[in-house]
Amino acid sequence: MNTENENPPSRKGDLILEMRNVHIDGFSDERWHEIVKGVDLTLKRGEVLGLIGESGAGKSTLGLAAMGFARPGCKITGGSIMFDGIDLVKASEDEKRRLWGSRIAYVAQSAAAAFNPAHRLVEQTVESTIDHGIQGEEAAMKDAVELYRSLQLPNPEEIGFRYPHQVSGGQLQRVMTAMAMSARPDLIIFDEPTTALDVTTQVEVLKAMRDIVDKYDTAAIYITHDLAVVAQMADKIKVLRYGEEVEEAPTRQMLEKPEQPYTRSLWAVRSLEKPEDISDDIILSIRHVDAAYSDVKVLHDVSINLPRGRTVAVVGESGSGKSTTARVITGLLPPLAGEVTFKGTPLPSRLKDRTKEQLQKIQMIYQMADTAMNPRQTVEVIIGRPLTFYLGLSGRAREKRVIELLEMIELDESFMDRLPGELSGGQKQRICIARALAAEPEIIICDEVTSALDQIVQEGILKLLLRLQKELNISYLFITHDIATVRAISDEIVVMFQGKVIEQGPKTEVLEPPYPEYTELLLSSVPEMDPDWLSNLTELEQAAK
Amino acid sequence: MHPVLATVLQRLGLGLLTLFVVSIIIFSSIELLPGDFGEAVLGQAATEDTVAAFRKELGLDQPAWKRYIDWVAAVAQGDLGTSFSGRSSSGVDRSREVIELIAPRLENTLFLAAYAALISVPLALFLGITAALYRNSIYDRAVNAATLTTISTPEFFVAYILILLLASLNPIFPSLANITMDTPFLERVYRTALPALTLTLVIVAHMMRMTRAAIINLLASPYIEMARLKGVSRSKVILKHALPNAWAPIATVIAFNLAYLVVGVVVVEVVFVYPGIGQLMVDAVTTRDIPVVQACALIFAATYIILNLIADIIGIITNPRLLHPR
Repeated sequence: MNTENENPPSRKGDLILEMRNVHIDGFSDERWHEIVKGVDLTLKRGEVLGLIGESGAGKSTLGLAAMGFARPGCKITGGSIMFDGIDLVKASEDEKRRLWGSRIAYVAQSAAAAFNPAHRLVEQTVESTIDHGIQGEEAAMKDAVELYRSLQLPNPEEIGFRYPHQVSGGQLQRVMTAMAMSARPDLIIFDEPTTALDVTTQVEVLKAMRDIVDKYDTAAIYITHDLAVVAQMADKIKVLRYGEEVEEAPTRQMLEKPEQPYTRSLWAVRSLEKPEDISDDIILSIRHVDAAYSDVKVLHDVSINLPRGRTVAVVGESGSGKSTTARVITGLLPPLAGEVTFKGTPLPSRLKDRTKEQLQKIQMIYQMADTAMNPRQTVEVIIGRPLTFYLGLSGRAREKRVIELLEMIELDESFMDRLPGELSGGQKQRICIARALAAEPEIIICDEVTSALDQIVQEGILKLLLRLQKELNISYLFITHDIATVRAISDEIVVMFQGKVIEQGPKTEVLEPPYPEYTELLLSSVPEMDPDWLSNLTELEQAAK
Repeated sequence: MHPVLATVLQRLGLGLLTLFVVSIIIFSSIELLPGDFGEAVLGQAATEDTVAAFRKELGLDQPAWKRYIDWVAAVAQGDLGTSFSGRSSSGVDRSREVIELIAPRLENTLFLAAYAALISVPLALFLGITAALYRNSIYDRAVNAATLTTISTPEFFVAYILILLLASLNPIFPSLANITMDTPFLERVYRTALPALTLTLVIVAHMMRMTRAAIINLLASPYIEMARLKGVSRSKVILKHALPNAWAPIATVIAFNLAYLVVGVVVVEVVFVYPGIGQLMVDAVTTRDIPVVQACALIFAATYIILNLIADIIGIITNPRLLHPR
């Protein structure tokens, strides 16, 4: 079936990539650290290897090393990387350049950033195919249209003539797959290609990528931190941690009985689930709110009730109006119509008209803990400021309260003098939680607070939030696009789509059939840990047609 | 209307507004000059009557706001006024239209500026791009060091060094750039070689370093890494993937330096005795020839505004987001 491959004839099942005892150093904090510590990796023609691990596990670095490439600030210090008989560690830049884009291709995480804004998509798609002399311009362009078609891009004849900013993120990711495929490489490195996409888009991209890799019998390394995604794509899975291999096994075996405790802990995260607890004691009520950014109306008649001491999860894709709702509640964006009431009294729509007490009772935690903190302030100053501002604490009293708050978020006194740059992602988010708690709020709005974190760290943060809710009876409005997080933390769910509330109710009701159409699409798009999930879904869809 | 056209028209409108504001600033700063033109010209011996008559002739007895409106209205119709020097009160009326005084000088200045720009802009782009291509190499360091040296040296000093090397020790070019309206084109090019070379040395560093920095800044972008991983050659990465996205900052710096070539070259004009507009303005300030000073200042302001407008437009048309909206 591999008729279009012009490379020397070799059969499926031959070894294409063999990495032995690879060591890679990275430069940070003014010295070299070992970030990949002697990893072996083998890949046969037509085989897909899933590479998973938390951020910092060295999976991207290892994936790029499979191309013989090290990012600036990294260097391959030992081992051998044999690609079809060529040692990429010893190969010159020119030799590697001849392989890149022709026999080994790369698909990057953020398609929006990986496309050159100045050139049309098709030019970029066929660039390496033409540069390497694999095909002439006309043939390559024609082939690109065919690839666009088989990746199910809308309007395949025309879409190549658009600029990157003119198409959506999911489409760009598929065009990038077409770009990688253009020269019919033997090996593709997929570096977290769907991480930046919404779930409903992700399913389409996953399908398209899997089909095309199947069709041309391309070997692939699929890097991700999402287990359910890798289960759909890979023949075998390798788990990395701290730059070392934890274990490797065929996908089914790995999912059914992982051997290492670390792998099992990765698997366990998704099973966190809070029993639902319904209450009618409404503390915050959003009533018939319409809101707009300049002329563009983004919220249409949104009504949400938040009960005291409970969690309402607001779910939806990017652009559905979740964060705008939070901006209306906090007074950052005065609504066009409707009102927000707190304990029965309407809140002034503008932030500057609200009293200090009203401000104090509603606090926020953001997605990017990095940018939500002043990098020049110590933890003590960051947490201490709301204590002084709202509660008038100072000196010893303030210090004592900061220590108490640190204990609440399971950190200790030693963190007081640290700067945000000296904390891990999970610790930063904990400090943001402590800062919100310092004001002694009754409501905390959590805007995608776990989206930027690894799964294990996510679990820690979610457990912490649940414990704090139980102890302090705080209400959470929890904005997220991740259904697993919703299962873990919510009592009630609000589904938003294009600025409207589609469905709203207790968790069990929303997550059980019958669903409105969109909720069904959203739920059915969330990958499951079953390797057959994507195939089954495709069959179901075809049957429905 | 295409959004690019709309943006360009908007910038043009803003440019005109800026020019208007600048005209107010020019007029009021000249009002703030100490002393009186009449007394300055006629000397202390002049009687009060003479001074008053002289002031009346020049219109200086009118209130400031009226003189401003008259001036702006005249300028808007293309009339820059009449020079103060050589008026009838000081003998026979030999006064000349400001435009007659300025036109030949401005032409000379623009000639020299264009001359220097034609050498320095391509040179700076070439050096900047190649320095980025071979960054941290000996070539890169040498180019950086050489251009930094020329920009750090005062321009009159650069001028004298060039005279010493290329006019005295090796008499290749004349040390004086004295040209008249009748000098033929090639002769002009030959006689003004040294001033043009001086200006080139003075401005090339800034443009070259900005080109280099703008390109290197982009080399960290994911799409450049992507291009490299597609096996695109080194020079093509720079020329095709980095440069098209770097035009906006480069154009801004080029515009800034070209403006300097028109408005800031009085020192070089003095050294080479070149009859440019810079000298004219300095002379006019000393003789209190207000219409000439105002006209020169306005021309300088317009130069800055127009060149920056062009840089803005280049920034807009090289940005595909603006050129090809969704």
